[in-house]
Amino acid sequence: MSHSATQGQLFLLRFRKNTPAMVSVVVMALFLILIAFPEFVIPYEPTRQFIGYNYAPPRPVRFAGDSGRQPTVFGYEQKVDLQTFKKEWTEDPSRPNKIRFLVRGFEYRLLGLFPSNLHLFGIDDNTVPFFLYGSDNLGRCIFSRTIHATRISISIALLGVLITIVISIGLGGTSGYFGGVLDHVVQRISELFITIPKLPLWMVLAASVPRDWDIIKTYLAIVVIASLTNWPAATRGIRSKLISIRNEDYIKAAISYGAKDGRIIFKYLIPNFVSYVIVVVTLGIPAMILMETALSFLGIGLRPPAVSWGVLLEQAQNFQDVILHPWLLVPGVHLVIAILMFNFIGDGLRDAANPFRRV
Amino acid sequence: MILIVSVSMITFLVIQAPPGDYASYVIMRFQNAPMTEEMRQIRIDEVRRRYNLDDPLHLQYVHWIWGIITEGDFGLSFSWDKPISRLLRERMPITLMIGLLALFFQYVVAIPVGVFTALKQNSVADYGITFFSFLGMSIPGFLLALVLIVILFNALNFPVGGLYSPEYRTAPWSLDKFIDLAKHLVVPVVVVAASSTAGTIRVLRATLLDEFGKDYMRVARAKGLSEGTIIFKYPLRVAMNPIIAGFGWSLPLLVSGSLLVSLVANIPDLGPLLHEALQAQDMYLAGSILLMVSTLTIVGTLISDILLAISDPRISYVGVHES
Repeated sequence: MSHSATQGQLFLLRFRKNTPAMVSVVVMALFLILIAFPEFVIPYEPTRQFIGYNYAPPRPVRFAGDSGRQPTVFGYEQKVDLQTFKKEWTEDPSRPNKIRFLVRGFEYRLLGLFPSNLHLFGIDDNTVPFFLYGSDNLGRCIFSRTIHATRISISIALLGVLITIVISIGLGGTSGYFGGVLDHVVQRISELFITIPKLPLWMVLAASVPRDWDIIKTYLAIVVIASLTNWPAATRGIRSKLISIRNEDYIKAAISYGAKDGRIIFKYLIPNFVSYVIVVVTLGIPAMILMETALSFLGIGLRPPAVSWGVLLEQAQNFQDVILHPWLLVPGVHLVIAILMFNFIGDGLRDAANPFRRV
Repeated sequence: MILIVSVSMITFLVIQAPPGDYASYVIMRFQNAPMTEEMRQIRIDEVRRRYNLDDPLHLQYVHWIWGIITEGDFGLSFSWDKPISRLLRERMPITLMIGLLALFFQYVVAIPVGVFTALKQNSVADYGITFFSFLGMSIPGFLLALVLIVILFNALNFPVGGLYSPEYRTAPWSLDKFIDLAKHLVVPVVVVAASSTAGTIRVLRATLLDEFGKDYMRVARAKGLSEGTIIFKYPLRVAMNPIIAGFGWSLPLLVSGSLLVSLVANIPDLGPLLHEALQAQDMYLAGSILLMVSTLTIVGTLISDILLAISDPRISYVGVHES
C-alpha cells in the first residue's frame, strides 16, 4: 500500500519518537493547569501565616487509619532544645489528620471569575497546618506559594519571549530579506548589545526600576528588560536563517519568474520559517525564566508580595539559612523541572522540524 | 575598538538612567552634616565641578571616559567612599581567578567526557552523561551553588563561604592557607563551570559524531593507524573549532556566572560589589563594573578569533571587514 504522509504528519511522527520531549509535553500540560487554577490545587492562601509555625519542616504523608491505607499527616510537636535553643520539630502520631480530597477551604475566584472554595486536597482541622513542602520564615506554606508562583514565573517568560520574537522577526526579517544599509545598521547594533554580558546588564537595568512601582508595573518592566536584552541574539538567528532560505533554489526560481515580494514572503518564506521560530521561542523561554528568577533572587526583580520562584528563593540567599532549612530550596526543584521541560520540548521540536532526519 | 567605545557610551547612559545625579546624593549626605548653608553650597559646587554635572550629557561622558583612559580614574564610589579603581583592583583579580580556573576546569572535564560519550554513543553511559549535561545546563548557578554548599557542609563538613576559614584570614601565606583557599574555591569553580562544561560536552559530542562517518576516517583506518591516533589526530581537531570559537564567549559568561555564585557563597569579588552597588543605587560603581566585564568580553572574542584563525587554516580573514 502506498501511503504518503504530509509534512505535518511526518513532523508529529518524528516528535512522538522523542521520549523526553513527549514526557515534557505531559509535564507542560500539568504546568498549564497550575497556571490556570493554582488556587484550586493549593490548600492555603499563599499569604496565610501560621503563627508559631515558622521554618516548619515538610510533613511526610503517612498511610494510617483503620485500613492502614488512609493518607494521613501527623500533627507537629515542637520542642526547644534547651542547650542550643534550636527549635526541633517532631511528628506527633497521637494527632492524626486525614488528608481529604476535594475539600472546602479558603474562598477564591476561579480564573478570576467564578467564586469557589473547592480545593484539591486538605485536612479537616483548619488550625493545624499541612505543610507538604514545609514553611518559610513567616510560617507560610511553601507548597502553596510554589504552586502559585508558577503563574508569574512562566507567564513573565512567555510574555517576554513573545515581545522578543515580534521585535526580532520585524528587525531580523526586514534586514535579512532586504539587506543593504538597514541590514548593516541592525547587525552592528545587535552586535553591540550582544557584547555586553547579559547578567550584569539585567542587574543594572532592573536596579533602575523604581522601587515604589506596584506589582503590575514591575512585572511589565521586567518583561521589557528581558526582551530588550534578548532581541539581538534572536534577531541574528532569524536573519541568518532567512538568508539561508532566501538562497535556496526555489526562492531564486520564484524571483526569476517575477513573483512579488509579498508572494515570496507569505507563500514561500513563512511556511519554511515557522518551525524555526517555534524552536527559537521554546528554547528562549528557559533563559527568560532564569533571568526573572535570578533578578528576583537578588532582590532587584519582582518583590514581595508578588510570588514568583525567584521571590521564594530569595529566602534561600543566605547559605546559613539553607543549611538549617534545606526545604527552602524546593521552589528551585519546580524551577529546574520547568526549564528542563522547555529545553526537551525545544530540542524535540528542532529535531522533528529537520526534514532530513529519518523517522 | 568601535565596539568598546559604543559599549562605554551605553554604560554611561545606564549610569545616568536612575533619577537624580551624584550631586543629589552628596546634597542628601550633607543635609545632616553640621555645617553652615554657605559651606554646604561650597562643597556641593565642588562636587558638581568635579563630575562636571552642569555640562551637557555628551561632555559629561567625555570627561568620564577621559578620566578612565588617562588616569584609570573611575570616579568615587559614594557607597564605599573609596575610589572605584581601588575597589576594582581589590575585587577584579578574584573574579578573574575564579573565571580562569572555571575555564580550565571546563576544558579538562568537557573534552575527555565529550570524546568518551561520542565514542560510546547510545550506551548507558552516554545517556547518563547526556542527562546530566541537560541538567547542568538547566540548573541556575546560584541554585546549584546552594545545593552543593548544603551537601558538602552536611556530608563532609567542608568549609564553605568566603575565601578563607576564619583562622587563616589574617595568617601569612603558607601551605595550609593555600589548601584552605583551594577548598573554598571548589564550590564556586565547579558551579561556575557547570553549565558551560555541559554545553561544551554537548557541542563536542555532536561535532564528533558528525565527523565520525567521514571519508578521511576510513582512509585513516585503511592506513592502519591505531584507533587512538585516528580520533585524537583528526576529528578532535575539527571538533575543537566550535569550542575555540566559544572561548571568547565563555570567559565573560564565566565572569558573569561568578557574579551570582560568589554572592551566594559569600566570596568577596565583583559579584557582591555589584549587588551592593545596585542596592545603594551607586551607579558609577555599577557602571564601571559593567564596563569592565563588557571590555573583557570584547577582548575574549578577539582572542578566540585569533586562536581560531591559527588553529583552523580554512578560515581566512580576506574580505572580512570590522567586527
